[in-house]
Amino acid sequence: MSIIQVRHLKKSFGNLEVLKDISTVIQETEVVCVIGPSGSGKSTFLRCLNRLEDITDGEVIVNGHIISSSTVNINKVREEVGMVFQQFNLFPHKTVLENITLAPMKVRLTTKDAAKKRAYELLDKVGLREKADSYPAQLSGGQKQRVAIARALAMDPKIMLFDEPTSALDPEMVGDVLDVMKQLAKEGMTMVVVTHEMGFAREVGDRVMFMDGGYVVEENVPEELFSHPQHVRTQSFLSKVL
Amino acid sequence: MDVVRNALPYLMDGLKVTLYIFIIALILGFIIGLIVALLRLAPIKPLNWIAKSYINAIRGTPFIVQLFFIYFGLNTIPWISMDKTTAGIVTVAINAGAYFAEIIRAGIQSIDSGQAEAARSLGLTSTQTMRYIVLPQAFRRMLPTFTNQSIISLKDTSLLSIIGIADLTQRGQIQQAATYESFKIWLIVGIIYFIIIYALTLLANFLERRFELR
Repeated sequence: MSIIQVRHLKKSFGNLEVLKDISTVIQETEVVCVIGPSGSGKSTFLRCLNRLEDITDGEVIVNGHIISSSTVNINKVREEVGMVFQQFNLFPHKTVLENITLAPMKVRLTTKDAAKKRAYELLDKVGLREKADSYPAQLSGGQKQRVAIARALAMDPKIMLFDEPTSALDPEMVGDVLDVMKQLAKEGMTMVVVTHEMGFAREVGDRVMFMDGGYVVEENVPEELFSHPQHVRTQSFLSKVL
Repeated sequence: MDVVRNALPYLMDGLKVTLYIFIIALILGFIIGLIVALLRLAPIKPLNWIAKSYINAIRGTPFIVQLFFIYFGLNTIPWISMDKTTAGIVTVAINAGAYFAEIIRAGIQSIDSGQAEAARSLGLTSTQTMRYIVLPQAFRRMLPTFTNQSIISLKDTSLLSIIGIADLTQRGQIQQAATYESFKIWLIVGIIYFIIIYALTLLANFLERRFELR
């Protein structure tokens, strides 16, 4: 069952066309890794999937909602689509626990007790139960990102979007975050991951999309894409990063 | 010292008037400022324009002129009838509101856009995002400038004595006229203002520490 369908997606910022013509279909439980050079449009593509960026042209259907239509209730769609950011974007004035319980309580109107119980389960999952009452500023980068993942999971999303989740981390913190993501993938979460972690893409990805210049240049299962890239652009990119 | 001892109870009644006007005007001014700041940032051009015009009109004219316009000018309109105190409160509130609006706008804009994006990505509406995420952080950040403007507004209330409100300054004038002790009377009036403003500064410092951005 396809859960995301993208048809001829175009996105411009003023005169600058960042996404030129993107079409793809993502299946439920699929893990899609998006790689490519800076400025290739991969983050913009991801941000179009929960409409943090307005869609200039084309059709994007997420979890049965046509989100490229202006009449869709985008808040309803976003409840089912979690997002994790490069800069974590935890709420600094709230504790770890409050960061996680806020959306379930305000959006889903879950009771405080139920939201807390779920938050502790998720903190166990990411290995940070003892940090529940800390503030984000008291955490390391890797801990912040794991809390951010728990915060997104608290809404029980059907899809998780990751926007370079490990790019702002010290190298020794990367592993903990990737482990949490691997676990999620194993549990059958549908994931779209913009990443520079080729090892993760190869190991966890069901499919890798290589983007450049606003197009998907090539997509394939990881072994094929990494071992036998078809396009010159893919070959030259991989020769630099691998 | 007799002059001061005799004048003090009378001046204290004036202080009550000053503080009464100040506190009500501060609350109203803050509400005006919050609304105007949100209008100023709303994605609707005519609303931005209204908010900007209001801010420019207040910033571009002297307080005394605003006071005279509201008390003498507006009161010539048949269905408006404001007493002195009301006109005084309205003037201070409208004046402070314009400055608060700019302080709140700057505070909101200083919050990283990633905060709102994270909140919206969780399904919160734009109103919930403003209320739970952006405004609480913005308020903490703007506390020092907010204190500054409050102190300016408190001092502005002394100008209300011109339309005959019996505030601290007006009562100082009356005491001075009755005793001809200008030095002592104005010194004690000054000290009273200073104590109140200093207390306000201490309160603000306390709040800043209490709500320190973590």
